Amino acid sequence: MRMTQPLDARWAVLWIHEAARVVAENRARLIELDRAIGDADHGENMDRGFSAAVAKLDAGEAPGTPAAVLKQVAMTLMSTVGGAAGPLYGTAFLRAATFLGDAEEIDAAAAAGMIGAARDGIVARGKAESGDKTMVDAWTPATDAAATATQSGANASEVLAAAAAAARDGAVATEPLIARKGRASYLGERSAGHRDPGAESTALILQVAAETAGGRVA
Amino acid sequence: MSVGLVIVSHSEKIAEGVVELAAQMAPDVVLAAAGGTGDGTGPARIGTSFDRVQAAIERADGGDGVVVLTDLGSAVMTAEMVLEFLDPGARERVRLAQAALVEGAVAAAVQAQGGSPLADVVRAAEGAVVSLRPEEFEPFVTHAAAAPGAEPAPSSAGSGTEGEPGSTVRGSWTLPNQMGLHARPAATLATGLTDLDAEVTVNGVDGKSVMLLMSLGLGQGRTVTVEAVGPDAQAAVDFVGREVEAGFGEPA
Repeated sequence: MRMTQPLDARWAVLWIHEAARVVAENRARLIELDRAIGDADHGENMDRGFSAAVAKLDAGEAPGTPAAVLKQVAMTLMSTVGGAAGPLYGTAFLRAATFLGDAEEIDAAAAAGMIGAARDGIVARGKAESGDKTMVDAWTPATDAAATATQSGANASEVLAAAAAAARDGAVATEPLIARKGRASYLGERSAGHRDPGAESTALILQVAAETAGGRVA
Repeated sequence: MSVGLVIVSHSEKIAEGVVELAAQMAPDVVLAAAGGTGDGTGPARIGTSFDRVQAAIERADGGDGVVVLTDLGSAVMTAEMVLEFLDPGARERVRLAQAALVEGAVAAAVQAQGGSPLADVVRAAEGAVVSLRPEEFEPFVTHAAAAPGAEPAPSSAGSGTEGEPGSTVRGSWTLPNQMGLHARPAATLATGLTDLDAEVTVNGVDGKSVMLLMSLGLGQGRTVTVEAVGPDAQAAVDFVGREVEAGFGEPA
């Protein structure tokens, strides 16, 4: 059994640090994915947003609850990302924070609920459905996998690991799809054959959520 | 005060350009541009900014309401987020219009200039898109004599008004000016009619809508037929007649 870290405010800060690192590391790849079917700004925008989120967390006193961390991240992303990812990830983190409320620590059910709340926020904001070739195609399987893992008695880090694995599979599965939302939808059938950059960044962020929690992504 | 407008675009230049265009027809309306994104240190980048939209809404809100117009998808999402963060008091007088950015902004600005309430300004913005049929603009652009399917212009000049008080008041005139019923005259008519207590149609479209008037594509020599109902019906028809006969102050 791996050591698991309590999912408290410190974990949330660690997660965002790792998210910023993995987004920076994949900046060029996200830009390339977005260049193929969009406006080539996703890698740059995400890198800028998460760097700013980390800078904000490092600058002040660390917020006391996971929700407070995620809310601050949401506000920073909204103000700094610029592209569609700003309001979408901003809403996702904000809804996750609202779901967590005052909890000091995130248990398995809260981890699954947080991911589901984020997904619901993204769907409400972007009006995309499953199969539209958007980040929803990563968030929805992640939500379902997290719920299933919770029901089968997984702990919080295992729930995050299940969500991350499903998000990654969901991102891969966007490749043959024809985009029906976002800038890529203007390309119609030409959008097929490329992975959706938003689904890919979702998979990356959920993967480091699981890893920082001590979970192993299958 | 009047209803204020916020123009949200991915491009700072587009937002400022739309403000410039709309301001021409609405000098007293507060038009706030919220284009592009950036931290204020360098040139704006393409994108939309929560902070810029929020600040623009504050600038445009003089108490009578704000209509927010947006361009592509994420501009809508950013604007929606900002609206969710407004105080309930401010929130209830801010509307996000589902409108074509340029046409909607011009139509909304003219409507706001006339002192219309928030709901009417939103309706003007959202109604502007019905005129986006290129074939209707074509005669306007080329100054051709006729629009497809339109009635040919009669050879006689203005025929004056007719009608009983309380019933429909009508009037017909021939457009004497070279440019016809283009943007500026359309705005003149719509703005002048807005204040009058009458239902007014010009060649079958709402005379208080600048975009619908423009969409008629009426060039020089074409007939303007006005029908008005309501307490100010006569005044409305007289107003249109005066403006048309004067060629809107433009060269014949």
